[in-house]
Amino acid sequence: MPGLEFDIAHLLAGGLVLVSFMLLYQDRISALLNVFALHAFVLAVSVAWEAHIQDAPHLYVTAAIALVFKAIVIPVALHRIMRRLGIHREIETVVGIGPTMLAGIGLVALSMVVMLRVTEEADPLTREDLAFALSVVLLGLLIMVTRRNAVSQVVGFMSLENGLVLAATGAKGMPLVVEISVAFSILIAFIVIGIFLFRIRERFDTVDVLVLDQYRGDRQ
Amino acid sequence: MIALLFTPEILVLAIPIAAAGMVALLPNYRLTARLNVLAALCTFLAAASLFFLDRPETGSYLLIDDLNIVFIALSTFVGFTTSVFSATYIAHEMETGRLTPVNLRFYHAMYQVLMFAMNLALVANNVGLMWVAIEIATLTTVLMVGIYRTHEALEAAWKYFILGSVGIALALFGTILVYMAARPVVGEGLDAMVWTILIKESVYFEPELLNVAFVFLLLGYGTKVGLAPVHAWLPDAHAEGPTPISAVLSGLLLNVALYAVLRFKMLLAANPVAIAPGPLMVTMGLTSVLFAAFMLYRRRDIKRLFAYSSIEHMGIIAFAFGMGGPIANFAGLLHMTMHSLTKSAIFFAVGHIAQVKGTQKIADIRGLTVSHPVLGWGLVLGVVAISGLPPLGIFMSEFLIVSSTFAREPLLAIVLAVGLLVAFGALFLRLNTLAFGEPVGSLAPTTASYVPLFSHMALVLAAGLYLPGPLVTWFQNVARLLG
Repeated sequence: MPGLEFDIAHLLAGGLVLVSFMLLYQDRISALLNVFALHAFVLAVSVAWEAHIQDAPHLYVTAAIALVFKAIVIPVALHRIMRRLGIHREIETVVGIGPTMLAGIGLVALSMVVMLRVTEEADPLTREDLAFALSVVLLGLLIMVTRRNAVSQVVGFMSLENGLVLAATGAKGMPLVVEISVAFSILIAFIVIGIFLFRIRERFDTVDVLVLDQYRGDRQ
Repeated sequence: MIALLFTPEILVLAIPIAAAGMVALLPNYRLTARLNVLAALCTFLAAASLFFLDRPETGSYLLIDDLNIVFIALSTFVGFTTSVFSATYIAHEMETGRLTPVNLRFYHAMYQVLMFAMNLALVANNVGLMWVAIEIATLTTVLMVGIYRTHEALEAAWKYFILGSVGIALALFGTILVYMAARPVVGEGLDAMVWTILIKESVYFEPELLNVAFVFLLLGYGTKVGLAPVHAWLPDAHAEGPTPISAVLSGLLLNVALYAVLRFKMLLAANPVAIAPGPLMVTMGLTSVLFAAFMLYRRRDIKRLFAYSSIEHMGIIAFAFGMGGPIANFAGLLHMTMHSLTKSAIFFAVGHIAQVKGTQKIADIRGLTVSHPVLGWGLVLGVVAISGLPPLGIFMSEFLIVSSTFAREPLLAIVLAVGLLVAFGALFLRLNTLAFGEPVGSLAPTTASYVPLFSHMALVLAAGLYLPGPLVTWFQNVARLLG
């Protein structure tokens, strides 16, 4: 029954936007990582559902990558890195949570206006998937600009990337989706290893990006 | 079957990837440096043969046409000369202990992977494949920028990483939107991402979807080009990495990202209802020129100075392609070629300087023409070329861009000319203290090879005096192709 299939896909994609909002107001890193695991889990279910309704078995691979790698391996690794590096601190934000949430609502409204208008010809499922995906991408960007901590910037980037995977799976029959999700996983693995190496080399006393920004090679 | 494997477009991919594997395994760094040069030379020869051999059939993955042959030949040539420079440069880095043999194996392997990724992005006929290739190129350069493992190098690499990743993510979203636009016309599956099919069918695509896609693609790949609002990674990455990498970044990687933008620009231009992509590129280009020109005055680090100059020149090139038309496109192509050659030559000179003086601070480098005449005059020649003085090649391309713009949009031409003059002033102000006056600091002779520096400058000078007929015809063809 197409109605029900559509509703479930819609629910899952909308759920992803909602979890993105939850990421926006977390003020502790460990809580942020847990919510991110939830984000990746919702994505995995959503991709699996798309695989089912599009009858595209290769998308199950993407779903499995999202589930195993992003919902389990990366959060666990980041939790361990946090413990090893002793960062149990709260997340420093550039802007308060209130204005950030308002900006987030504005971005979602913007992506709805843009995407729903330009995709009038496409079928409704694809349209709404794209609109939701763009919302998740923009919210990910918002997380990256409003956080000072390197770990939370990475979480912002990963949620952004989840939005891209949602868009790619929503675009029916798109080739290379699995390859792209693998490429992104490699990218993220590099980032996580990078954070770890930064500290292992003991070059940085902190993973707080504000401190990094104090270095400006030619502005003494 | 065997012959199929040895076609040039396969070789430009296969040689670097095989060489990357080999240099990663060999322990002797002198040998790997030579192997690096040899592999880069073979890749260049394979690329050059593309000009003479018959074009292969266009497949769903690979494409060879007039446009990308120019890019491939240029990038493999600069890749080769940079590998020669790098081989002599690296020995000094070993002596001073800045790099260990393990670092070097990694460095050479990454160099070849970067060559592979750039060639793959250039020959890709599939927009998804092109995206993957540019992502690999970004990753390898991030690793090389951070290779010195100092605080500054790691910070530069981190900044590049985060900004580059965001750019790449936006470009992917744009690519997905292009697929969405193509799907109703071309049908589901691989064909809807093949560029040659897209360009044929582009007339029937949903124009609004293409518009939004292009904005994402321009911002995404524009980050990698280093266009103004999204350029922040570029100066740090150039300043903190090894100098051969600065040369490759400025001379090649920026071009490859620009090539991606151009491919999508052609797609939009083929659709009559979609927005004209030109004005967007003109705006970003002009902003970059003005911004970089004024920022040049505040630089105190020599590599940063020339990194900002790269932003300026990428702005000029984006401006020229944005204006479009046969003359502006021709000038844009010429400027891109000249800029790649000149800027990498300047970075070779800067690499020598930084090694001799042990510093990159402009204030600590003086009187180079007195203490190191060959090097000093090489730098003077490079800066004269890059600031667009006659009779060198960049003068000709800048003159063509400004004069053709004057004929169509006089106001824009005035703004561009102001930007060029401001940048000219800044570069000469710095050059004056760098090259002339009483020498300061170490007088030790340089160890690295001057051949790459002067061979580039000779080409730029030759192009400024006389452009061979076949080359002009070729560029004119490509300019027509670009629309």
